[in-house]
Amino acid sequence: MSDLSNKKPETGAFFGRDRSQHPPAYTPGYKTSVLRSPQKALLSLDGTVSEITGPVFGHSILGELDNDLIHNFAKSGESAIGERIIVHGRVLDERARPVPGALIEFWQANAGGRYRHKKESYLAALDPNFGGCGRTITDENGYYIFRTVKPGAYPWPNGVNDWRPAHIHFSIFGHGFAQRLITQMYFEGDPMIWKCPIVQTIPDRAAIEQLVAALDWSATIPMDARAYKFDIVLRGRRSTLFENRLEGN
Amino acid sequence: MVQPLGYLKESASQTAGPYVHIGLTPNFAEITGVYPVDLGTAMVNDRTQGERITVTGQVIDGSGTPLRDALIEIWQADAAGLYNSPSEMRGSADPNFTGWGRCPCDLATGEYRFETIKPGRVPFKDGRLMAPHISFWIVARGINLGLNTRMYFSDEAAANAEDPVLARVEHRVRVPTLIAIRDGSTYRFDIHLQGDRETVFFDI
Repeated sequence: MSDLSNKKPETGAFFGRDRSQHPPAYTPGYKTSVLRSPQKALLSLDGTVSEITGPVFGHSILGELDNDLIHNFAKSGESAIGERIIVHGRVLDERARPVPGALIEFWQANAGGRYRHKKESYLAALDPNFGGCGRTITDENGYYIFRTVKPGAYPWPNGVNDWRPAHIHFSIFGHGFAQRLITQMYFEGDPMIWKCPIVQTIPDRAAIEQLVAALDWSATIPMDARAYKFDIVLRGRRSTLFENRLEGN
Repeated sequence: MVQPLGYLKESASQTAGPYVHIGLTPNFAEITGVYPVDLGTAMVNDRTQGERITVTGQVIDGSGTPLRDALIEIWQADAAGLYNSPSEMRGSADPNFTGWGRCPCDLATGEYRFETIKPGRVPFKDGRLMAPHISFWIVARGINLGLNTRMYFSDEAAANAEDPVLARVEHRVRVPTLIAIRDGSTYRFDIHLQGDRETVFFDI
């Protein structure tokens, strides 16, 4: 993000992760977690240079249609089928400061709830004009925006009749490897959010609500697309000002 | 009453799910024509300094079965021990080495593979040198929050013995779970999610 800001890079260690915000590893309601959840205590480590640094992705990696899922896989002159929406918001850290230069990658099912993936077996139809992936990089204010179709809900093998609420997967790079995060965005007003075993892995109701994007009427484009606003919060980091750090860290 | 501190809460993690490849490695998922290449595929080029190595292994669940839908990212210093990052204040890293790699596990075998270089040593917070290591981040269906660990090198016994992070592993019998075994130029690093050989995972 050096091309976005004259500010000195921050080198403080990240705040300890508040794990009460996150799902625990073992969540038997989500069956796949049972054999994939570490059972021993984690080794706590205040960040060293290995954790506080991270890769940077320049805007030069981005193609013109990377943040337009309606068109980035579509044949020329065609577009994906579904409810046209805009998703936008900011990436902030726990200190409420914007995170500029953050790479955000997103993926989702099509409007019928079908993913374009060889392991996918849902009988809903593929849309020949919808790939389901996109990416962008936040600007100097931490702001991002992309266009897509609203994904459909879909059934999945867990309980006999479990369905995922409509959602978009987000992967976010902040400035340090310890900020790495994958999460999912849900849609305001969807009653299925509260029935989902994957949502329910999060123990804190407010933490779930933080993943529900609000219908943003002001940002809606008349006769074109409705907008949803989704802010993402990454871990904050300490100031190094008063820390007695040895040279080199 | 006191003044509010005004901190926000980190967004909760949710599993990467079974279709993580669509978003992070679409070409691998046969969604072609959107991005020219999948990010993190090439860490080195012809001019990268340092000893070329291959890092490979599997992520293994509590039944002993390799995960075939996991995705791994790694982050490491260059051969001189510098990170290719704006937050690296000690000098400029090798511009021909990204330090970051991303690899989906093979859909049939579960094997991951990185072509990289052996990293140099970087300092711990108190200035002591840590042993050469590579940071790992593992996500998959059924993993609710990405798992962090480190890989150390079996041919660095002296450095490993004085590494301040390895020294903090209370149960010494678990230290070998963090050490990749060298065979030629290849290091094998299997990650066990559960069981007697459960890898030491970090809260970083």
